[in-house]
Amino acid sequence: MQDVLLDVQNLVVHFRVYGGYLKVLDGVTLQVRRQERVGLVGETGCGKTTTMKTIMGILPKPPGVVRGGRILFKGRDVLSMRPQELEHLRRSGISMIFQDPTAALNPVFTVGEQLEDAIRYALGRRDHASVREVALSALQSVALPDPPRILESYPVQLSGGMRQRVCIALALAYPKELLIADEPGTSLDVTIQDQILRLIHRLAEERKMAVILISHSLGVIREWTERVYVMYAGTIVEEAKTGELFARPLHPYTGALMRCVPKLTGTGIAEGIPGRIPDYFDPPAGCRFHPRCPHCMDICRQRKPQLFPVDENHRVACFLFGRNSRG
Amino acid sequence: MNFSRYLLRRLGYSVFVLLGLSVVVFIIARLVPGDPARAALGPRATQEAVEALRAKLHLDKPIYVQYFFWLRSVFQGDFGESLYTRRPVIEDIREFLPATLELALFAGLFMAVFGLLLGVLSARYANTWVDNVIRVLAYLGIATPAFVVAIILILLFGMYYEVFPTIGRLSPGISAPPRLTGLLTLDSLLSGNWIALVDALKHLFLPALSLSLGGLFQEARITRASMLENARRDFVAAARAYGIPERVVIAKYLFKPSIIPTVSILGLDFASLIGNAFLVELLFNWPGISRYGINVMLRKDIEAIVAVVMVLGVVFTVVNILVDLVVAYLDPRIRLVERGE
Ligand SMILES: Nc1ncnc2c1ncn2[C@@H]1O[C@H](COP(=O)(O)OP(=O)(O)OP(=O)(O)O)[C@@H](O)[C@H]1O
Ligand SMILES: [Mg+2]
Repeated sequence: MQDVLLDVQNLVVHFRVYGGYLKVLDGVTLQVRRQERVGLVGETGCGKTTTMKTIMGILPKPPGVVRGGRILFKGRDVLSMRPQELEHLRRSGISMIFQDPTAALNPVFTVGEQLEDAIRYALGRRDHASVREVALSALQSVALPDPPRILESYPVQLSGGMRQRVCIALALAYPKELLIADEPGTSLDVTIQDQILRLIHRLAEERKMAVILISHSLGVIREWTERVYVMYAGTIVEEAKTGELFARPLHPYTGALMRCVPKLTGTGIAEGIPGRIPDYFDPPAGCRFHPRCPHCMDICRQRKPQLFPVDENHRVACFLFGRNSRG
Repeated sequence: MNFSRYLLRRLGYSVFVLLGLSVVVFIIARLVPGDPARAALGPRATQEAVEALRAKLHLDKPIYVQYFFWLRSVFQGDFGESLYTRRPVIEDIREFLPATLELALFAGLFMAVFGLLLGVLSARYANTWVDNVIRVLAYLGIATPAFVVAIILILLFGMYYEVFPTIGRLSPGISAPPRLTGLLTLDSLLSGNWIALVDALKHLFLPALSLSLGGLFQEARITRASMLENARRDFVAAARAYGIPERVVIAKYLFKPSIIPTVSILGLDFASLIGNAFLVELLFNWPGISRYGINVMLRKDIEAIVAVVMVLGVVFTVVNILVDLVVAYLDPRIRLVERGE
């Protein structure tokens, strides 16, 4: 496909821990086209953030280890990039809004220091005045009041909502082609979360960016994305156009997700599904969902199902569907 | 920044701590068995002479009255007279304190510079041979008392490899610079006496090194741990994600938050150096306040004991306030919480 921007194939990522490895990502596959808004949904701990950090080359190593797979951005292999190429990729290609704005801002530098550094190195500008100008307009574009004062502030002096906006300004201070938004606004109340999502949507439209939106909330995914990946325990279990997925969820996990009504606050989509996400130290063989699956068959315990197209816009990794059982 | 109010509060608090310290030391110095007046005058002095001295020192009055007299003269800058040298104690302190301060300053410098350097190296090359060598050295350095290091260094340099002198602050035959601050390096610098400067630096090297090793490796370990911990934090990943070059991520965004715990511990280590320098001063024949302090304690020179402890208390307090200021400068969270924001 010509317009594929990001192509992730069979990504395997482990974390080294005392006495062995956490086998977290077990063959993650996903694509993003230019200007597309893609959703990624799955319960807490399923590896969403890990996947995104690996894509940006910022997985902490140690303990992270990339064991296999390929990440192509505009056809170029991210995993084998040299440090300068990676820096270039992050300056003009991909950007990320981190899940927890408080943790993503350096506590001992002012917002201005962090924002101006990002701009200075990305644009290669040395003169302070023009860098500051870009910084101020970045803060304006995320609708922050009184940008000059915000530049002087330390993160502790800002409210949660303001920190979230600062993080967006940091991620989008200069043009990018793909924005990864990791549960933006989850830590804030619902109205502010909605404003944040609107803001991201508007910026993506204006700048013709593709977006990967990560969320626990099916409501958010349904409202803001065109295509969805459902993730379970480090694997993609289903992929479809958003409307199609909500009309016809195929994977037993997706069905369970939809049946349990998401709460307004909190992260509790797992509450309605019996069982817990598996232990990554010793994950279940075969399909990782099988211990919790009401339709579990013999083959599910032995072999790992691959993503299989049930029609043009819908793929599912489950032995209940079609010829998947053979291959 | 409303530093001045913070500083004022710290100072007020310190005055209370120092007053408390003075009460405790004052009482302990007088509870030590034996009559200081008799000890000072010797066994052959007449009973009348001893009584006269006791009266002069107010030792015949209740202890709180003695304390009151003492406090009043301290506020007039008078710490009393040494029972031995028969000189005002304050003169002894003026003579011996600068030598120790200079020694401690250099030891502190070693701790800060090499502690941070080794810590950063250790974190940067974590779990490689570089890190392993530094960690083994650190265990040795922390476990070996300063005086043992001093003895080894004296043997090594004093006897086999005579590049660094091992006795005193200046070589015989080198004229000392005029006394301005009492710190030989500073005085010789101010008076442009380069020969004395180099000689004083050479004399400082070994004692400062032996005094600093324990703290130095402590700083290295803390720096390493804190850098490795912060390296996993999102703000470091975020700095990379925003396209900031790796060297800036490490040297700025990782380094600054990581050295805050090191600086706090460095302050404590530095302050305790001054009191703990006794054996090192003895071994290097260093005319410092630690050595003086032990001598006056052995002689029950009560006025001098109290004065030395109080001076060390003041130094400790001042260093701690300075360290708090540096930490507050590095860490806006502390600074801003102090202001109640
Ligand atoms: N640095 C790390 N060291 C060890 N394990 C890690 C590390 N980072 C992540 N993990 C493990 O990887 C798994 C996936 O984590 P990840 O943060 O990617 O999940 P997530 O889908 O983003 O969850 P959430 O919705 O809560 O953000 C978790 O079980 C976590 O414990
Ligand atoms: Mg996450």
